[in-house]
Amino acid sequence: MIEINACGLSCPEPVVMLAKALKDKPEEAVICVDAPAACENCTRFATNAGYSVEKTTQDNKTVLTCRIKR
Amino acid sequence: MSDKTLTQLCQTAGCAAKIGPGVLAEVVKNLPRYENKNLLLGFDTSDDACVYDLGDGRYLIETIDFFPPMVDDPYVFGQIAAANALSDVYAMGGKPFLAMNLLCFPTCLELERVKAILQGGHDKAVEAKTVIAGGHTIDDFTPKYGLSVSGFAASDSLLTNAGAKEGDVLVLTKPLGTGILTTALKAEMLEDKDYQALIKSMTKLNNIDLSGIEVHACTDVTGFSLMGHGREMADGANVTIEIFAERVPQFDAALNFARMGMIPAGAYRNREFLKDKVVCDEMPLELTDVLFDPQTSGGLLIALPEKEAAKIDAPIIGQVLPRGQKSIHVRKTA
Repeated sequence: MIEINACGLSCPEPVVMLAKALKDKPEEAVICVDAPAACENCTRFATNAGYSVEKTTQDNKTVLTCRIKR
Repeated sequence: MSDKTLTQLCQTAGCAAKIGPGVLAEVVKNLPRYENKNLLLGFDTSDDACVYDLGDGRYLIETIDFFPPMVDDPYVFGQIAAANALSDVYAMGGKPFLAMNLLCFPTCLELERVKAILQGGHDKAVEAKTVIAGGHTIDDFTPKYGLSVSGFAASDSLLTNAGAKEGDVLVLTKPLGTGILTTALKAEMLEDKDYQALIKSMTKLNNIDLSGIEVHACTDVTGFSLMGHGREMADGANVTIEIFAERVPQFDAALNFARMGMIPAGAYRNREFLKDKVVCDEMPLELTDVLFDPQTSGGLLIALPEKEAAKIDAPIIGQVLPRGQKSIHVRKTA
């Protein structure tokens, strides 16, 4: 499973990291973000690339679990 | 010397670097005011520049604008920063005549790039028939450039953002999406043809000839987005503005990059700040993203009678209605 830590980074860096991770269409990728815009943008990118996105927020950090849609 | 590109030296870019309207209102609210009866527009209205009555039929217009680079080409950045700063004078119905440079750069940046920034600014000022008479330079980690600009307007040709009338239509003179496209540029996803369209628009002066045209209100669309500046226009005239999302001009690539999440943080801040003021009909989210996208060197938003709109080479994007509950109502189509 691919795990990305994009905390402390501002847009578009988190979404660029996610884009690279999803390039070869892995089954699942997990990205941790702490900026609201990064959370929204990564959700949009993953959804648009054919992934379902599950969010869990703890403290100020959000973990987005992206799973490929069958 | 720095091997970093201009944008790599920055956290934010262009007008997306602007402090949000909510924070701005908070930090200025308790400042003391020295009143002057000749000051017609100042802190109290959310206008593009301050206006001072010279008492001889002329108004003096003063404005300042500067920001960190959104492109790596220093010459292009200089042009964009200058066009953006000069725009506030045009938005008030004035003509710029005098300006001063405001420049910050890290000493690790080689001087050729700094010179190119200033060259871009000065070339744009020449195009605007404006003298740059000096300036001030600071050593700072993040590069920034802009101008303070002075201009004149004849007292009968001053335009504010507050004069919109029921029945007016709204035109917009440049496409939206500079924030989204510069975000995609930073992500190295922008194709050359889209980059060319972007810089062509951002370096273009807003020196549209409005003489002989009945204009009721005008503002330039910058960091607060079309919705933010439109909201100020609506509230200033106590009207509601209706925007037709599909009529709003935007860069070809903007919609696709919005879907891909290439949206600057400022767009989310604008949307959040305006959530009680703007209502959008049911439509795909990406169709409304450009409406909240912070613009760098954006176009003029002009309210005028429909018969006058044909005299300006810009699409009609909405209309002015009697005041309803919200400042802006976004419909998908007209």
